[in-house]
Amino acid sequence: MKINKMYSYGLLIPAGLIYALLFLYPTVMSFFFSFTRWNLTDWEWIGLANFKMFFEESSLLIGFKNTFIFAFLTTGLKVVIGLLFAVILTSQLKTKRFIRSVVFFPTLVSTIAVGIAFTVLMHPSQGLLNQTLGLFGINGPNWLGDPALAIYSLAIVDVWKGVGIATIIFIAGIMSIPKDYYEAHEVDGGNKLNAFWHITVPLSRPAINAVIILALIGGLRTFDLVWAMTGGGPGFSSDLIASIIYKQYQAGFYGLSTAGNVILFLMVALIVFPIFKFLNRKEVDI
Amino acid sequence: MNKKTKRNLLFGLLTSLLFITTACGGEQESNAGSGEEGTTVTFLTNNEVNLEGVQAVADEIKEKHNITTKFEIIPSGGEGENIIKTRLSTGEMTDILNHNSGSLFKSLRPEEYFLDISDEPYIDKIQESFLETVSVDDEIYGVPFESALAGGWLYNKKVYEELGLEVPHTWEQLMENNKVIKEAGKIPAVAPYEETWTSQVVLLADYYNVHSEMPDFAEKFTNNEVKFADTPLALRGFEKIQELQKAGYYNDEETSTTYEDGMRMVATGEAAHFPILTFALTQMAENHPDEMDDVGFFGQPGDDADNHGMTLWMPNGIYINKESENAEAAKTWLEYFMSEEGLATFMSKTKAIGPSVVEGVELPDDAYEAVKDMTHYVESGKVAPALEFLSPLKGPNLQQITVEVGLDMVPAKEGADKYDRDVERQAQQLGLEGW
Repeated sequence: MKINKMYSYGLLIPAGLIYALLFLYPTVMSFFFSFTRWNLTDWEWIGLANFKMFFEESSLLIGFKNTFIFAFLTTGLKVVIGLLFAVILTSQLKTKRFIRSVVFFPTLVSTIAVGIAFTVLMHPSQGLLNQTLGLFGINGPNWLGDPALAIYSLAIVDVWKGVGIATIIFIAGIMSIPKDYYEAHEVDGGNKLNAFWHITVPLSRPAINAVIILALIGGLRTFDLVWAMTGGGPGFSSDLIASIIYKQYQAGFYGLSTAGNVILFLMVALIVFPIFKFLNRKEVDI
Repeated sequence: MNKKTKRNLLFGLLTSLLFITTACGGEQESNAGSGEEGTTVTFLTNNEVNLEGVQAVADEIKEKHNITTKFEIIPSGGEGENIIKTRLSTGEMTDILNHNSGSLFKSLRPEEYFLDISDEPYIDKIQESFLETVSVDDEIYGVPFESALAGGWLYNKKVYEELGLEVPHTWEQLMENNKVIKEAGKIPAVAPYEETWTSQVVLLADYYNVHSEMPDFAEKFTNNEVKFADTPLALRGFEKIQELQKAGYYNDEETSTTYEDGMRMVATGEAAHFPILTFALTQMAENHPDEMDDVGFFGQPGDDADNHGMTLWMPNGIYINKESENAEAAKTWLEYFMSEEGLATFMSKTKAIGPSVVEGVELPDDAYEAVKDMTHYVESGKVAPALEFLSPLKGPNLQQITVEVGLDMVPAKEGADKYDRDVERQAQQLGLEGW
């Protein structure tokens, strides 16, 4: 019995080593370096000065505000639109296989490529988007150049790119609901809308929760799309926490940007864990 | 914390960094291969550099000294800088590096990583003003990659002729010209803010005007004795960016206008002015070869018509890796690059974008008109280096701040204030004294 136990632990060692070396060790080190002035080869312990400096960053307030707008807006839209797509794509639609791949396709494209493509599409005068709007006599806004609008334009692009994953998770969730419920509902004479609200939504709760958590974590940490499209601009108006951190890293403020990452890590954890707990409590067993 | 733990931690860190660099490094081929096949030296440069000239020199070096040059291209800007810093600290640097001179070079701690070349014969040919930007104490580490360049205003000579304008010698005259240009339905000044770095030029190119009145500004700025926001002379740079916007002299859709758009506009006469660094000329000549004679240059004017000068940027330097196994070959490489033949070959492929920093190099007749326009500033000595060559401090967020000021999102004074705080943070992160 004892040998058996040892044996199974032995098998964990290779993976455990890789995990420790590539994930645990850098994570612990980053906590350490966030307390230092660091230029990659040499460091000096400066206590909490980095954290103080990070919170004094003038664009930080915009960064926090934008990060929350971005994360919650994209999460909400992904849940609503994704669920809608999933319901349509699990119905008796003839081309549903084809449409499913179309919906999923943007997920496969590199974020940077999506960013560049949409920067062109959203060009205020030559972009396809505003030219199309122009055909209907609408004077399209400057999607990325208007400081008040930029963050919302970015959120739309992120939803376009990410809704495919949400849809697939929802489809899996909806398909796992036993048909009996719908049959019973039909026998009782309920309509489609009732079936959606009282069977589909409550019973695909695990899928909804998964999407919310994934989208929220993704949204709070988003960086690549914003960097490819606006670089946080115009000025600082579409800066997210992650892009502020990146700019500090770029400037060679390694200690400071590490401190920013520690703060981001704690922030994501503080937001996501309570929501995760709350959502799990509401799950129902099928 | 004692020294040993510090070293152990450092070692651990470097090991993990090594993983990162091996994971992301594009080309990591070893530079072995000497003997009959000759030596191969590796040459790191960023993707904004025009390689034509240096490639031609490299071909000759291959022919004459049997040294093959292998180029490695990395991104420019902050991203490239990080790659350079990481590769230096992990011992993965190429034999030869092409990188900024001045404060960016000095922040690499050259004395640890680069070969001292102060005893080489060709050093005597190089102007002192450049050597200062590539040396620490008495040791010199680099040679100039190309000519210096200027920050100022490119203008379309045809438009000036059509509208009967004269090159302005004060800011006021410039604004009057702008008014005429706008009334004629042309764009007075291009602001291609899709590339945010371009937004800084009006501020940085104004430094001649600061320097000529306050020669010790850079030193005091570095020592935390003066600020942009409370030095009216320096604040003018921020104000000028904004005045142009307030008067409606920029193009529309600034944030969707690219650097290349800017070149097109001023080359074709769609716009009359383009405040920019003159390395733009190289790419402009590629895109608009026929219009290059229409493009002229003047330094950003101040308030005194008799003191109209220009702000100069020093060229990149070429440095030899101290740890290189091919240091001898790399030295031969540099020696040929700085020889008369080498310089001639380089100049035959890459045209000068400003005054040369090597003695005895004359501006050829087929030089760009805009570069010829610089001659009288140099001859009359009305030239000052940009602030970034006089002070190690340049706040990393300047380009975002100047976009805000340029789009009139915040008042100029507030922008200057923000920049002062940005600089303060940098000084603290660098651990400078007095901050």
